[in-house]
Amino acid sequence: MDWQDFLSVLPFIIVAGWATILLLVDLWIPANRKGITAGLAVLGLIAAIAAVISRFGIEREAFDGMIIVDGFSSFLQLLFLGVGVIAIAQAYDYLRRRDIERGEYYILLLYSLSGMLLMASAGDLIVVFLAVELLSIPLYVLAAFAIPKADSEESALKYFLLGAFASGFLVYGIALVFGSTGTTALSGMVAAIESAETTPILLLVGSGMILVGLGFKVAAVPFHMWTPDVYQGAPTSVTSFMAVGAKAGGFAALLRIFISALPGAAVMWMPLTMWIAALTMAWGNIAAISQTNIKRMLAYSSIAHAGYIFMALPAAATPEVAPEAVRAALFYLVTYAITNLGAWGVVLAMEKAEGSGLEIEDYSGLGKKRPALALAMALFMLSLTGIPPTVGFMGKFYLFQVVIDANLIWLALVGVVTSLISAYYYLRVIVVMYMRDGEPEVRSEALLNSTIFITAFGTFFFGILPGFLLKMINQVSLLDLFR
Amino acid sequence: MLAEYLPIVVLIVLATGLAFIVVALGHLFGPRKPNPVKAEPYESGMRPYGPGRRRVSVHFYLIAVLFILFDIEIVFILPWAVVLREIKMVGLIEMAVFIGVLLAGLIYAWKTGALEWE
Repeated sequence: MDWQDFLSVLPFIIVAGWATILLLVDLWIPANRKGITAGLAVLGLIAAIAAVISRFGIEREAFDGMIIVDGFSSFLQLLFLGVGVIAIAQAYDYLRRRDIERGEYYILLLYSLSGMLLMASAGDLIVVFLAVELLSIPLYVLAAFAIPKADSEESALKYFLLGAFASGFLVYGIALVFGSTGTTALSGMVAAIESAETTPILLLVGSGMILVGLGFKVAAVPFHMWTPDVYQGAPTSVTSFMAVGAKAGGFAALLRIFISALPGAAVMWMPLTMWIAALTMAWGNIAAISQTNIKRMLAYSSIAHAGYIFMALPAAATPEVAPEAVRAALFYLVTYAITNLGAWGVVLAMEKAEGSGLEIEDYSGLGKKRPALALAMALFMLSLTGIPPTVGFMGKFYLFQVVIDANLIWLALVGVVTSLISAYYYLRVIVVMYMRDGEPEVRSEALLNSTIFITAFGTFFFGILPGFLLKMINQVSLLDLFR
Repeated sequence: MLAEYLPIVVLIVLATGLAFIVVALGHLFGPRKPNPVKAEPYESGMRPYGPGRRRVSVHFYLIAVLFILFDIEIVFILPWAVVLREIKMVGLIEMAVFIGVLLAGLIYAWKTGALEWE
């Protein structure tokens, strides 16, 4: 262990340490000036972004392989930190409006982010478990932030119970994989499986349980039951962060564990992940059709998108396609993050102080009253469907291409057909906004508006010129360290 | 590989089996002469008063959580103190960080009134 090891986890140390310092500083900030806490939290995130950028392109292992620094981790960490900044900007006005403003919100958000940062560079199953817990526990508290509202309490309790249940699966799976391979280090597992000194049945059950545990986190069918209720009940700013951050965190672990540490066991998990992907896409999109509440609709939409990203796993079972599959998944995660943060931003703008204004019908007339906001929402909906010229199209295109390269043509077909189905409920929002008359009550708050503008711009810009993003992702290599 | 664990399985079966047998034997052959005093719930030898399920202030829960926090701290500090001479400065700094984080939590709990008992 030397000082360089600590440099490798510097972004994590900055965010977690800053959160702890802020916890104390916040005690002496008067209750009506919590904007200071939000500003200081963003400052910490900017410092962490600088730390990630400064070591971009470096690949090394730290703490005896517990921590891996590579393009994959740096890229995801940038994504998480960006999501964090936007989530704080979205929350600030919303919390004041709902009268639940407390400094702890931003501190818990920082702690959860630190878990995501750790997840991106985890090189050992124990660190993965630690990161999952660090990511989830602050989210349980955040989901209950609108206490004593019954919705929020219900949401938090459901999320907590099912999350704890999923963690149990994850940790038992880790134990079984350890029993089979004799190591929890991801790099050690590759070697152990290659040398065939493993107990296949333990490996099968263990990796299956890890899949269940992380499947809960990313809300993949059949582990998705909690999603609509939790997303609907939690304060909308928390839902926005949860839908994007926690999902990306779960996928960071899934990709790292299955593609880089267990490629030797691909025969076992390939059919499983294939069916999970197909079922998730199908059920997420079909169930979303009948939703009348925008939060529930977006919750099912987030399940469906988990299905799309999940397609990268069976595709990566073909070794030649694996690097490309990881890149496609990362690209899709970025498109999902940008578009979804924007869509939730519009939902935040439409929500009234007492928590109503969340039905899709409430959006009627938005096209006349606030043309810019309606245009942004239309853009997000088109991007979620996957229609050009939005970034959602590029993401789906790249991902389907990889799946076809891996010779899983039927899976790509399921993806295309379910995207068509999804057009029905996404476009319905546009129809309601532009073709129905109504007098929607909309907020106009500077910070919220700017996040909607930034995400709308990103959705459009990367849809036309994805080259910049692709160039960055092409430098990402998940597999180099182990081969 | 799994065969190595066989002795442990045997031990578990024997230990639970023996426990069951001993309890069952006492139940079968032991004399039974109940009286009201014997039937009372055991409360550290005291005369029990009131029903067993009383309402407890939710404040105890907070105290219990804080207790666990510092209980764990002790679990870490004791082995640390034993090997401190060997791990030297690094160990000292790491324990300082650990206690510092717990201290931050304590200050937070104190300032937000978790320790007040009204």
